[in-house]
Amino acid sequence: MINLVWLVPFLPLLGFLINGLGRRYLSKSQVSITGSGVILAAFAVSVLIFLDVRQPGFQAQEVPLFDFISAGTLQIPFAFRVDQLSALFLLIITGVGSLIHIYSATYMHDESKEGFARYFAYLNLFVFSMLILVLGANYVMMFIGWEGVGLCSYLLIGFWFKNTAFNNAAKKAFIMNRIGDLGFLLGIFFMIMQFGSVSFPEVFEKAAALGLNNGTVAAIALLLFVGAMGKSAQIPLYTWLPDAMAGPTPVSALIHAATMVTAGIYMVARSNVLYTLVPHIQSVVAIIGLATALLAASIALKQNDIKKVLAYSTVSQLGYMFLALGVGAYTAAVFHVMTHAFFKALLFLGSGSVIHAMGGEQDIRKMGGLKKYLPTTHWTFLVGCLAISGIPGLSGFFSKDEILAHTFAHSKVLYVLGLLGALMTAFYMFRLYYITFCGKFRGTHEQEHHLHESSAAMTLPLVILAILSIVGGYIGLPEVLGAPHWLAAYLSPVFAPSAPFAEAHHLQHSTEWMLMGLSTVLVIVFILLARRQYVRYEDSGRENTGLAKVLENKWYVDELYDAVIVKPLGMLSRFFQDALEKGGIDRLVNGIGRGVQWGSQQARRVQSGQVGFYIFAMVIGIIVLFVIGLLL
Amino acid sequence: MPVQYYIFLSIALFCIGVMGVLMRRNAIIIFMCIELMLNAVNLLLVAFSKMWADAGRVDAAAAQIFVFFIMVVAAAEVAVGLAIIVMVYRNTHSVDINILNRLKN
Repeated sequence: MINLVWLVPFLPLLGFLINGLGRRYLSKSQVSITGSGVILAAFAVSVLIFLDVRQPGFQAQEVPLFDFISAGTLQIPFAFRVDQLSALFLLIITGVGSLIHIYSATYMHDESKEGFARYFAYLNLFVFSMLILVLGANYVMMFIGWEGVGLCSYLLIGFWFKNTAFNNAAKKAFIMNRIGDLGFLLGIFFMIMQFGSVSFPEVFEKAAALGLNNGTVAAIALLLFVGAMGKSAQIPLYTWLPDAMAGPTPVSALIHAATMVTAGIYMVARSNVLYTLVPHIQSVVAIIGLATALLAASIALKQNDIKKVLAYSTVSQLGYMFLALGVGAYTAAVFHVMTHAFFKALLFLGSGSVIHAMGGEQDIRKMGGLKKYLPTTHWTFLVGCLAISGIPGLSGFFSKDEILAHTFAHSKVLYVLGLLGALMTAFYMFRLYYITFCGKFRGTHEQEHHLHESSAAMTLPLVILAILSIVGGYIGLPEVLGAPHWLAAYLSPVFAPSAPFAEAHHLQHSTEWMLMGLSTVLVIVFILLARRQYVRYEDSGRENTGLAKVLENKWYVDELYDAVIVKPLGMLSRFFQDALEKGGIDRLVNGIGRGVQWGSQQARRVQSGQVGFYIFAMVIGIIVLFVIGLLL
Repeated sequence: MPVQYYIFLSIALFCIGVMGVLMRRNAIIIFMCIELMLNAVNLLLVAFSKMWADAGRVDAAAAQIFVFFIMVVAAAEVAVGLAIIVMVYRNTHSVDINILNRLKN
């Protein structure tokens, strides 16, 4: 089965080609069947691969397709690497991906026929790129997928390209990703220069040979992390992700919550050897992750756009994953990627269902009381909120608790801050839940009349994701509960090479129980606080003041970036255009043209049309030639 | 007779031809001056041919073949050139070359 791994990315590519080329000729149902069908087929193949990979003692396999780059001693094959980590990501991407494709078929049904096919073509291309990213057997292959998902993200954020604001959001996402990509690319170049190879095992082996705290490895790890910052929306490159909500909601669920933004986490987890070798860089990862988690969570407290809240929540959860990577808890990070994919896709799709029912309204102040109109959406959304808040028994609890426990073992300060972020998460998620689903309906009568539960094709993915959000955590039960941590055992071959360099932290079981109890109690307290404040929410229409206003305006980071980077850059560009382009280059080029014209005006006087003069000139010329001939 | 005499004569003829072409404005006279130059060259060729024949070279007569070629070319040229001059005269009622500067611009 492993040899058929090329089918997994090939099927979405096929879907992309069919939908992209046949967009004029295929009907909407044909497009959605092709688009979702290929992903489902890829999911089936992924499951078969996973069944092979999960056997104990499975060795990572490389499946080469062809030679991609071969220059001198540098060999870069176009090869897929099937191991525990990539097989798990295959399942997440194609599994969540196919649910979202099915959901999209209904959600996007109001699009024109061509727009509908274009949407599915982009979505298939995205899945293809994402699969290349996680399957690549070397950093260059990973980079190909990395750029591909960036492109698809741009295309899908700007899917409604007639809206200038959406286009600007798409450009912002693309440019910010580009900054990160430069870091990634420099990291790859550095790697080629130092190790002469980009293949994972070779690079890790050579890096490990250099020993702990080597400057070269530190530089590579840091540059790769810059790439991860861009793709996974970490400080300082996170501002594109909230704006990326301009895209259709299923896109936000698939690309900007479940899969693409976790590419950075995948990359760091894949390069775990490099990061474990340089603890300082690892601390940088942890601190940036934690700072992002806190900043984004604080912004989410005061946002009023349903998708913006979820977007900041995503940024914050990604910060948690980086915190986990930074404290060396690679399994916990991957675990959280998986559970987060379930519940965040669920929340996004739920918000899509709400937006659909509200006729495009995204402001939660104009919602309220949707509980009775959208029963299925309501309970699935509630499950998502409980899971992300970390209520015991749901998936989010296990992964988040694992991250926090590892953080506690690493550093108490980081733990306290991380717990604070988790509490904010519980608060803003339930603020969102109560304002949206409880209280009285605050929209117009027309909207109220129009309210309806979405069709089965949209609620079915919600129900499946809700079930996954509940049970997804049981593959990684903490040790204290006496059950084996299946995921840790499964992933251990991937993280084994870095194990000798890692510091071992061990928590007492009593400490772990205490941490679990503490976070659970505090989370419930914060949920109750949110309930007291927002369950009977009325839109007072008052302007926020003080800190609330700062939070509502996202700490003014966008304004800061605008003033510090965008405006000066714009001024510099204008200077270059006016002074250098027009004043320098244009004038030089035009000057040459004018000089030639003037010179020929002078020279044409020689051609007077007088035959006598011509002959005279000829004779003079002959004499000159004679003289030259005689002299030489 | 020494060959120098022929050389001087033909230089003189050639220079007269050149000066005529440069100085005169009448197209027919210019034409005649061109013929003069051609014939100056012919004279020189014949003179050198004779000189080499006296020196005992067997292939010296080859130079005289050139003379015939030049005469043929000159005859053809006269045919074309006079025809042009006739046409010019018909159109302008003049054979003054200074008014033939209309090709300018």
